[in-house]
Amino acid sequence: MKNTKYEKIADKHKAPETRIYNAFIAFLSGGVIGTLGEVIIEILGTFDISRTDATPIMITIFIFIASLSTALGFFDTLVTKFKCGLLIPITGFAHAMTSSSLDYKNEGPIYGIGSNMFKLAGSVIIYGIVSAWLFGTIRYLIGGM
Amino acid sequence: MTFYYKNVYLTETATITGPYEKNGPLRKYFDKTYNDLYMGEKSFEKAEIKLVRDSLVMIMKKSGINKKEVDLVIGGDLLNQITASTYGSYGVGEGFIGIYGACSSSVLGMIIAANFIESKFINNAICLVSSHNMTSEKQFRYPTEYGAPRPNTATFTATGAACSYLTNEEDDIRIESATLGRIIDYEQKDPNDMGRAMAPAVIDTLLRHFKDTNRSPEDYDLILTGDLGIYGKEIVKDYLQRQYKLDLNNYNDCGVMLYDLKEQKEVRAGGSGPVCSALVTYSYIFDELKKKKIKRVLLLATGALFSPIMLYQKENINSICHAISLEVV
Repeated sequence: MKNTKYEKIADKHKAPETRIYNAFIAFLSGGVIGTLGEVIIEILGTFDISRTDATPIMITIFIFIASLSTALGFFDTLVTKFKCGLLIPITGFAHAMTSSSLDYKNEGPIYGIGSNMFKLAGSVIIYGIVSAWLFGTIRYLIGGM
Repeated sequence: MTFYYKNVYLTETATITGPYEKNGPLRKYFDKTYNDLYMGEKSFEKAEIKLVRDSLVMIMKKSGINKKEVDLVIGGDLLNQITASTYGSYGVGEGFIGIYGACSSSVLGMIIAANFIESKFINNAICLVSSHNMTSEKQFRYPTEYGAPRPNTATFTATGAACSYLTNEEDDIRIESATLGRIIDYEQKDPNDMGRAMAPAVIDTLLRHFKDTNRSPEDYDLILTGDLGIYGKEIVKDYLQRQYKLDLNNYNDCGVMLYDLKEQKEVRAGGSGPVCSALVTYSYIFDELKKKKIKRVLLLATGALFSPIMLYQKENINSICHAISLEVV
């Protein structure tokens, strides 16, 4: 049973949150990353690399930059400044894996890094695959091959 | 349950901190500070063990005793299997008790030690607590480098280790009484709002302490809670005022005092962790008592009793609060 009197009083002393501001910053920073991705694809295009081939290269570049900045220890500071705009794109995925690995580097390659690398990212992969399968099936049933 | 003591004295304290606490307002009261969270060790866990060792060496040096003369060491921290305390205390004392009361461990340890000393089973004891921001982040939240955005009600685990030396030899500051807390469940679920989760325990223990001792807030020069943070502190004040007509005018929270909340934005609502209440009491408050600027302090250390596993299994965050009264002789 919840103590309603307590809840009422406690609700009066909630911390003010800047959700709209945070969402706006995330919208901008996420958008900037998306634009940068486009810029990289366009630049690769000038070297006669097709859009299909350029996309994985662009993603690899982002993964590398994100992981490197996690390893050098400033990605978390950037997240504090630019909010979830850095965590939702592929940069956040790379950051989740690198930071988990770094956390467990002292426990060795098997019991540490290997078994903890996907601590945060594991769910993204599993449910990414499951939902891809689900929507792929729906798409097949509705639209055929 | 309230105990009264006639023959237990708090003779010496030792405080070792990390960089964030060093940048806070109590800097000059600490015995030793580090500029780096690794403290020259390879991992954060080992760094916390080093903090514990440092604080034990410091307290033995300050009180002029060697490790064979210590009757009992009581230690607690936030790591799984309280390893910072057990590894760090190796070699010190004729006996060791490991305790877990989350952030209430500092006062819990002192109550156990005081009961042993009062009953004349032992002559002295060292109570130690430690916490490390990075090890507890890893234990309770996200990887240390992840830096997931946190709401403003979240508290920041303090880094450091603190020891108190309790004896039966007469000294300036004595432990006058203590009220043992009980586990409180107010169906709280948010691990990012510990102040709200732990405030009910403070209210419960505080009221029971006043009832058992027939005292009121005015009987104390200062009432201190462990680590509620700014929002939890306001909840306690407001609730006691509205429900019990109790005005806490001489009340503060160690989590609020440990950091400069305006300058150190990263701590959000304030400090937390077992060492938070100990760092403030064993440094600044101990100093004030020694100088007789304040005569009687009631310290209420608060702990949130939960684990990430139980939270994922939809259990509530329970809380506990132990109170101890320190008095200038």
